Amino acid sequence: MNPTDTTIRPGVSIAGVGTPSTGAPRSDAADPVMELSGVSVYYGAYEAVRDTSMPIQEKQITAMIGPSGCGKSTILRSLNRMNDLIPGARVSGAVTYHGQDLYAKDVDPIEVRRRIGMVFQKPNPFPKSIYDNVAYGPRVTGMKVSSMDDLVERALRDAALWDEVKDKLKTSGLALSGGQQQRLCIARTIAVRPEIILMDEPCSALDPIATAKIEDLMSELSNDYTIVIVTHNMQQAARVSHYTAFFTAEVDEQQERHGRLVEFSQTGKLFTNPADKRTEDYITGRFG
Amino acid sequence: MSTSTSNAGSAAGSALRRGRRRPVDSTVKVLLVAAALVSVATTIGIVIALAQPTVGFFQQVSIVEFVTGTSWTPTFAQKAYGVLPLVAATLTVTGVALTIAVPLGLGSAIYLSEYANPRTRKVLKPIIELLAGVPTVVYGFVALFALNPLLQRWWPTDNGPAFQNLLIAGIAMGIMIVPTIASISEDSMAAVPRSLREGAYALASTKMQVSTRVVVPAAMSGIVAAVVLGISRAVGETMIVTIAGGLTSDRIVLNPLEGAATMTAFIANISSGDIPVGSLDYDSVFAVGALLFLITFALNAVSIRMVRRFREVYE
Repeated sequence: MNPTDTTIRPGVSIAGVGTPSTGAPRSDAADPVMELSGVSVYYGAYEAVRDTSMPIQEKQITAMIGPSGCGKSTILRSLNRMNDLIPGARVSGAVTYHGQDLYAKDVDPIEVRRRIGMVFQKPNPFPKSIYDNVAYGPRVTGMKVSSMDDLVERALRDAALWDEVKDKLKTSGLALSGGQQQRLCIARTIAVRPEIILMDEPCSALDPIATAKIEDLMSELSNDYTIVIVTHNMQQAARVSHYTAFFTAEVDEQQERHGRLVEFSQTGKLFTNPADKRTEDYITGRFG
Repeated sequence: MSTSTSNAGSAAGSALRRGRRRPVDSTVKVLLVAAALVSVATTIGIVIALAQPTVGFFQQVSIVEFVTGTSWTPTFAQKAYGVLPLVAATLTVTGVALTIAVPLGLGSAIYLSEYANPRTRKVLKPIIELLAGVPTVVYGFVALFALNPLLQRWWPTDNGPAFQNLLIAGIAMGIMIVPTIASISEDSMAAVPRSLREGAYALASTKMQVSTRVVVPAAMSGIVAAVVLGISRAVGETMIVTIAGGLTSDRIVLNPLEGAATMTAFIANISSGDIPVGSLDYDSVFAVGALLFLITFALNAVSIRMVRRFREVYE
């Protein structure tokens, strides 16, 4: 493995790309907006995920599934350099965004995160009003907006939250229910008009009804945004995503666990006709 | 247990019964309750001790004269008991102290909580807290004999600071309360959940924006508590103002370059002289003490309300 090798070879280590089946995935999906090539993430000397290569297709939902400790969240966080915030975290290999290496020396992580937003596992609205939560991103990034009110309304509408909160924009975001808080976090994310939204198990803290709302919202948003979602809920991946990456945890000779991408494919194919025995075992419930 | 309990069952039951009392446990409890009661009793004792001479004072001096009079001269032949000069000096010194301590304290707290790497924080925080242990008499003398001469030398105009003045006392007091504000604010910022910082970073915030727009507002209850505690310490501080603050109290001094007696400085000064117990001078000390007690009490009440108001529930 050559970690500096940035050559992108879709179809070599990645199954299924370029052979769209019927259904959701777009037929012109051969031009990925992001590309991981031989990506390994380290925490200090520990290699948490090794040698991951996969594309992220534009305006598609890509799901990352796998058992706990398989590195799916770690990989997700490497896509907008959130791992930078963890002391000792390091990425080798190449993560490219429109062909540009995100980890190149001259890349500003703030600019990366403006284009690649993130929604977290636990809803984390700021202890501010609903309005200020949504306006936060546009304000800190210095977005030129003709009307902040319109921008806030637009973002809340796009996050399917407007009708529930339009009369109480000045109340604290923390007064909302868990599902509403998560949609507020999505509204907050799309308010800065990112190109890609990363979602780290966005429904794991929510009840089934709130989960269904977020899933509908994701499908809606995939018309305008590229979405990458980490989930431990296989049904969710099967329901909402166009592409699925299955990760697993391997135990090496030193008894250390390393996350590893097993299979990447169109979601329909991965769930009905997995290429790898480990994927099949996982999705049929024999493992994990 | 029911009557059908077998022998084995009752044997097992008796094993759970109290075999013996634990005398150490109950003794410890009594000691701990006593320890807690001592501080409550002390507070009540202070109120009682203040009350009697204060009542005596107000039998001879009207409350209106006390709170509106602009001259405080109990030791002069021409006696006047207007407390405003003392209050004004206290406010001036406190104001100067806060002007110094709030930016420095908050700045240190933000640096320690958001910028310093863990190893630096581990070294720096105890050093800053150590500053809080410096005896105030040291601050007073440093202010009078080291800082004030510098201030006088560097002062751009002719009518510079006096030998004792409110400005230098306030500066020294400000440095004294920096550790209080820095330490409590830092605790409060460190308690802001990591998830809020991540949320802010994910919205393309810079470190400064995360600090000032998310962490500081979320930690506001602790910061307010820290500042109010700082004010309490400043209002009640005695040694620095006695040494470096001056003694003028026959008129309201608004110029911080002049010296003037604060409430605490007056009490310290007059208490160190010979004043007959039961005299009006003696009672005046307690009247000022009672006012000081009321102000501190009010500050604490305000701080509790503010802390509640700003408290944010994170989950």
